[in-house]
Amino acid sequence: MSIYLNKDSKIIVQGITGGMGAKHTALMLDSGAQIVGGVNARKAGTTVTHKDHEDNDVTLPVFGTVKEAMAETGANVSVLFVPPAFTKDAAIEAVDAEMPLIVVITEGVPVQDSAEVFAYLQGKKTRMIGPNCPGVITPGESLAGITPHTITGKGPIGLVSKSGTLTYQMMYELKDLGFSTAIGIGGDPVIGTTHIDALEAFENDPETKAIVMIGEIGGDAEERAAAYIAEHVTKPVVGYVAGFTAPEGKTMGHAGAIVSGSAGTAQAKKEALEAVGVKVGKTPSETAELMREILQAL
Amino acid sequence: MDLFEYQARDIFEKHGVPVLGGVVATTPEEARAGAEKLGGGTVVVKAQVKVGGRGKAGGVKLAHSPAEAEEKAGEILGMDIKGHTVHRVMVAQGAKIAEEFYFSVLLDRANRNYLAMCSVEGGMEIEQLAVERPEALARVAVDPIVGIDEAKAREIVDTANFAEDLKAPVADVIQKLWTVFTAEDATLVEVNPLVRTEDGAIVALDGKVTLDDNASEVRHPDHEALEDKAAADPLEAKAKENGLNYVKLDGEVGIIGNGAGLVMSTLDVVAYAGEAHGGVKPANFLDIGGGANATVMANGLDVILNDPQVKSVFVNVFGGITACDEVAKGIVGALEILGDEASKPLVVRLDGNNVDLGRAILREANHPLVTLAETMDGGADKAAELANA
Repeated sequence: MSIYLNKDSKIIVQGITGGMGAKHTALMLDSGAQIVGGVNARKAGTTVTHKDHEDNDVTLPVFGTVKEAMAETGANVSVLFVPPAFTKDAAIEAVDAEMPLIVVITEGVPVQDSAEVFAYLQGKKTRMIGPNCPGVITPGESLAGITPHTITGKGPIGLVSKSGTLTYQMMYELKDLGFSTAIGIGGDPVIGTTHIDALEAFENDPETKAIVMIGEIGGDAEERAAAYIAEHVTKPVVGYVAGFTAPEGKTMGHAGAIVSGSAGTAQAKKEALEAVGVKVGKTPSETAELMREILQAL
Repeated sequence: MDLFEYQARDIFEKHGVPVLGGVVATTPEEARAGAEKLGGGTVVVKAQVKVGGRGKAGGVKLAHSPAEAEEKAGEILGMDIKGHTVHRVMVAQGAKIAEEFYFSVLLDRANRNYLAMCSVEGGMEIEQLAVERPEALARVAVDPIVGIDEAKAREIVDTANFAEDLKAPVADVIQKLWTVFTAEDATLVEVNPLVRTEDGAIVALDGKVTLDDNASEVRHPDHEALEDKAAADPLEAKAKENGLNYVKLDGEVGIIGNGAGLVMSTLDVVAYAGEAHGGVKPANFLDIGGGANATVMANGLDVILNDPQVKSVFVNVFGGITACDEVAKGIVGALEILGDEASKPLVVRLDGNNVDLGRAILREANHPLVTLAETMDGGADKAAELANA
């Protein structure tokens, strides 16, 4: 078991012919994920060829529309490597095609576009992860995104994080134990899937025994996640928050990572999580140690 | 990006929001000319700083003639308001104010939509009003697809309890402010106060606008002209020219890493390590992103080594997609490019993709300034120690 993604997931790539799209299509195939095709309206009818994890050539069809790609391949996941100016339209096309899961990797999407897409998919059949995220990996089964699949294998830990490289760092720290699913939800102010969504899914996933939640300064998503944990999560959760030393009013790379006023500081998030019994590490290594202790005690 | 009041005024005017005449001035003489241009009558000289509380700090003064405007501008220019030096004033037409209101529309991160806030009690600190008399501040959710149409604007003025005869004209201005919000891709448009003048006009007297940097990059090339390049830290400006994501801080340990989250985490870990080494702190945030080739690394190192406060540098990279051997080549190449300019010790921690190759390259290069660290914590400790040496 896992969340959002498993070995049966059939993935298409919107923007498969672009630089990022081509590079990561190859890496996703190398991980063993089932990539079944791609979309680019201007290159419909052509194919692209990459190696799979057993070094065999895989030739993938390029379709004109998401709808067509779904009908021909049975795809149920779409990964978007579309330039930010066109991301909104690409995402809406996938929602209209009733794609169950879209993973938007693109960085730099205008926030009003993200807000519009999120409003548009309410009551529809699509879950969006991202934008500006590394995506989802279910180690040993599938990869929809850019997370390196070589860091670690299958295991009992579920991970949800705003940040890509911190996800990788944490997977690396706990590589001997392994992960059920690791999901990078992205650091933008408006994202499709939140910490709370992932916590709910991990709580319901029998394979996940414990959860690592990584947050960072900005907004109040971690505080709301803490309230959710108190009410709904029975599995042990370990937390980490980045940005204790970030000064007020400065954006630290992620558009969401800006501290304004008293809310949104790392300290406030840490306190909110600790108040509901979540152990919070001061550093990634200490966080990994806390997780190790919890799993040993289970 | 936060705009100055005069920039917000200009953008309001562009989208048909009623504003008063206003002229920006950087010298007392320009302020005088501005007051003359506005008709020579009573004007308000307002400090242009991106911080609240300028009125209390003496940054807003009434002037009854162009000569007085010159004098008041002379007093205000160069003032320090909460750490912000006043480089410009806006000379604004005077108005006879009958009533003051409040309106804002902003991105609501928690609900992933927009929130309009409105009150018939404007002028004061709105945070204070929200706490003391929350019922006096109407909060109305705005659907990102529907926006503030006529019906929504009406709902806002109804909820805020405007007098019947004011509802239509205020709703009209609110719809125009919504146009500003969407047409310019703002995350905040705030008017405080929105006023009714004695002759009955509804006017946006003071505006705050925050623009979405992503959108400015993607579809508003004209927004670049709004940047306050002079006020930016010179190192930040240089980093920006090279496309680097850099924020200057106050400490002694220069930081380079990949990925915003990992770099923020690195700053924290260095600050903790610094507690044992004379209290040294991180000197900057620098995210070189995924493609850490020699040029990017050289540009990054160049910015950091030019910071006179920096005593040591910690390079913390987790090779996810990026291969560590590429990063190592980048560091070696950067040190070659910089030559004698590279004069401060570097602690390098590499992990992840092709880490063995990467470390081997650095060992082989055997650069006298470079120390290899096995872990993030160990590297932070070493860099803090070197900064305190």
